[in-house]
Amino acid sequence: MQDDARTPATHDIGGLARFRCTPVEHDEAPPDAFGKTVDALRQVLAQKGLMTVDELRRGIESLPEADYFALGYYERWLRSIAALMVEKSHVGPEVLE
Amino acid sequence: MSEAPRFAPGSAVRVKDDWPERRGPCHIRTPHYIRGRVGRVVRPLGAFPNPEDLAFARPAPRRTLYHVLFDQPPIWQEGRPGDTILVEVFEHWLEPAGGGA
Repeated sequence: MQDDARTPATHDIGGLARFRCTPVEHDEAPPDAFGKTVDALRQVLAQKGLMTVDELRRGIESLPEADYFALGYYERWLRSIAALMVEKSHVGPEVLE
Repeated sequence: MSEAPRFAPGSAVRVKDDWPERRGPCHIRTPHYIRGRVGRVVRPLGAFPNPEDLAFARPAPRRTLYHVLFDQPPIWQEGRPGDTILVEVFEHWLEPAGGGA
């Protein structure tokens, strides 16, 4: 695919030339404190039946493209979790202000 | 019985040329580069709740998931004859394809 080719969704990047021939990121380091906190939050919300990982992924995939590529891995999670809690009326939008 | 696989190993299948992303919010596990492409079923992998529904906290009927094998060169205009791409595809994205894959 050409460098300027568009895919139908931000995360659906298979075959895009601009993501090829770059070193593989061996993300084997354990999450930092921020990442662990976000994952703990996700686990608690899942245990309480307030969200699922599939909803989490949908929220990540719906991030604006610029945010998607600018944010870190767990930052994307946190943005998705926050949006889901508002969408599902578990918290009011003013809580996130 | 609804969970019995529709396609047997070796079946030629065409991935639906469908683009739900253009119709609104969705969560799709079928990568863009195989839509409309013909491949061959390697084997069914089991039936799982449809993530397209789970992503919206809807009731999620179980759908059979398959390993489907595609020739790579026509998809990415690169590679050598015999190069392939193996993708997990849910049954509701697949249609029977006449002729060879």
